[in-house]
Amino acid sequence: MPRLMRRLPLHFLLIAICLVWIMPTTGLLVSSFRPASAVATSGWWTAFQSPMDFTLENYEQVLSRRNMDISFLNSLMITIPATVLPIMLAAYAAFAFAWMRFPGRDVLFTLVVGLLIVPLQMTLVPLLKLFNALGISGTFLAIWLAHTGFGLPFAIYLLRNFFAQLPREMFEAASLDGASAFTLFYRLTLPTSMPAIASLAIFQFMWVWNDLLAALIFLGGRRAVAPMTVTISNLVSSQGEGWQLLTSAAFISMLLPLAIYFSMQRYFVNGILTGSIKG
Amino acid sequence: MLLERLIQIPVVVTTILLLVVGYLVVIERLLNRLPHHRQAKLRPWLWLTPALIFLSVFLLYPMLNTIYLSLLDAKSELFVGFENFTDIVSDATTRNALSNTLIWLVWFTSIVVLLGLLMTVLSEKVAYEHLIKMIMFLPMAISFVAAGVIWKFMFDYQPATRPQTGTLNAIWTSLIPNGEPQPWLINPLTNTPVLIFVAIWIFAGFCMVILSAGLKGIPSEIQESARIDGANEWQSFIYITLPLLSPTIAVVATTMLINALKAFDIVYVLTNGNYNTDVIATRMYKELFTAHDFGRASAIAVVLLLATLPIIAFNIRQYRQREANL
Repeated sequence: MPRLMRRLPLHFLLIAICLVWIMPTTGLLVSSFRPASAVATSGWWTAFQSPMDFTLENYEQVLSRRNMDISFLNSLMITIPATVLPIMLAAYAAFAFAWMRFPGRDVLFTLVVGLLIVPLQMTLVPLLKLFNALGISGTFLAIWLAHTGFGLPFAIYLLRNFFAQLPREMFEAASLDGASAFTLFYRLTLPTSMPAIASLAIFQFMWVWNDLLAALIFLGGRRAVAPMTVTISNLVSSQGEGWQLLTSAAFISMLLPLAIYFSMQRYFVNGILTGSIKG
Repeated sequence: MLLERLIQIPVVVTTILLLVVGYLVVIERLLNRLPHHRQAKLRPWLWLTPALIFLSVFLLYPMLNTIYLSLLDAKSELFVGFENFTDIVSDATTRNALSNTLIWLVWFTSIVVLLGLLMTVLSEKVAYEHLIKMIMFLPMAISFVAAGVIWKFMFDYQPATRPQTGTLNAIWTSLIPNGEPQPWLINPLTNTPVLIFVAIWIFAGFCMVILSAGLKGIPSEIQESARIDGANEWQSFIYITLPLLSPTIAVVATTMLINALKAFDIVYVLTNGNYNTDVIATRMYKELFTAHDFGRASAIAVVLLLATLPIIAFNIRQYRQREANL
């Protein structure tokens, strides 16, 4: 008993901080299901007093009339290719860095490490000019290309380090059996590297899914191509949008990442932690 | 349009897969026609080519070009030397953005690392450590934009005559006798601290998870023997745990420094840089899209690069050391 009493302040502090940490997201979630009139006149914490009044109307409205439905698909349309492409190209390069000998290998790989945290801002103006000149500014192609470029250094770095740790004997045995480089890569390296690839894929997916800056610059604000981050920030800045719409829009954008977080927590945390060095 | 997108997504992904796998099939076929020693020489470069093309066109070339553009005028026509840089320093709005970024660097980094450390050490002592970590890490799954909406809602301000729907103002007005609701995001005294707090909310769990992994890597015998030698809990933390944890703390702190330098979305969504809250990244965005000044926008990017150079150098050195140890 005395021990519990002594530790009471500790428990109190920890629980209080945790409450502060989940309260805002809870408030958002609750408000997104409340009718407009209720959200405008009372705090979200009063929602559970009777008479309770919840509705799905906000979701219906942001999806159909505020373009969140098309934005959701746009986010997928941007994110999936911008995750697949850099990881595959990085895997080829990483395989070469890890298991092939060529002059300049170490210098080249050090360059990749150096590019890891170059701020994205350093590339924006020239890339915008380049995409304008090519006439692809404001298209998905532009943002796929840009995100592939931004994502590559980290993807190469991570995969090369993982590939290099695989047992050499495995490759030698397979080579003796006459396996080609193609087979070594697709049949041996990729399957054994799935944990690293899963973490990397989650990291790259989250990075692109949550990106606002590159989308603003390379896609512009056009509704037809805008991902959810852009649509939501437009909703925020257009005056007179009620909180019930903003909160439901924000929650729609959080659905997929939260689902990944709760279902694949280990890979999610791993991916985010290793990816933290990226610029 | 919805249906169109739904069809496009799998089509695009399949095309990309076919192209990328097809590339490897084709180059391997070609390589197999060559004599053995030529194959070994050419193969690595062919495997590297796609990545190297992307790195050069979308990263290296733009970087070098940005440095060049920062020496030209707004329309990238005339050479102006370092004029853009002197403009940045003399212009009040840009100087304000620079000083705000400095405030971010100092306060965000120090508070988020300290809070992460505090939560790590304290939650070690309780049984529900895993639950705490899960709650604290959750904001990492939320985009900065959504986090911006969440906190804009928390900091919402209504005139005193209306009911307060913003959580903070509701607490404020009920706790403080005759407390007037505060426009937290408009008042220049509170707005930048409030923005920094939002970033802390996002990243504290991240710091905690890394620090906690570092802490678990320290053998418990070391702390135990210190306790046997008569050190109290506080002393063993300060003299044993903290020094052993300092490499991890350094890694976390540099990561947070980079995050502070890059801060854009939170400011863009919550205040759009108004009321003196601009930071480097929002300032650059405005120079690019509002003022259409390519020279200045590039110069701001170069300043950002210069600020990250020490961190890049630190990264390369760490990588070299790790390689040497293998």
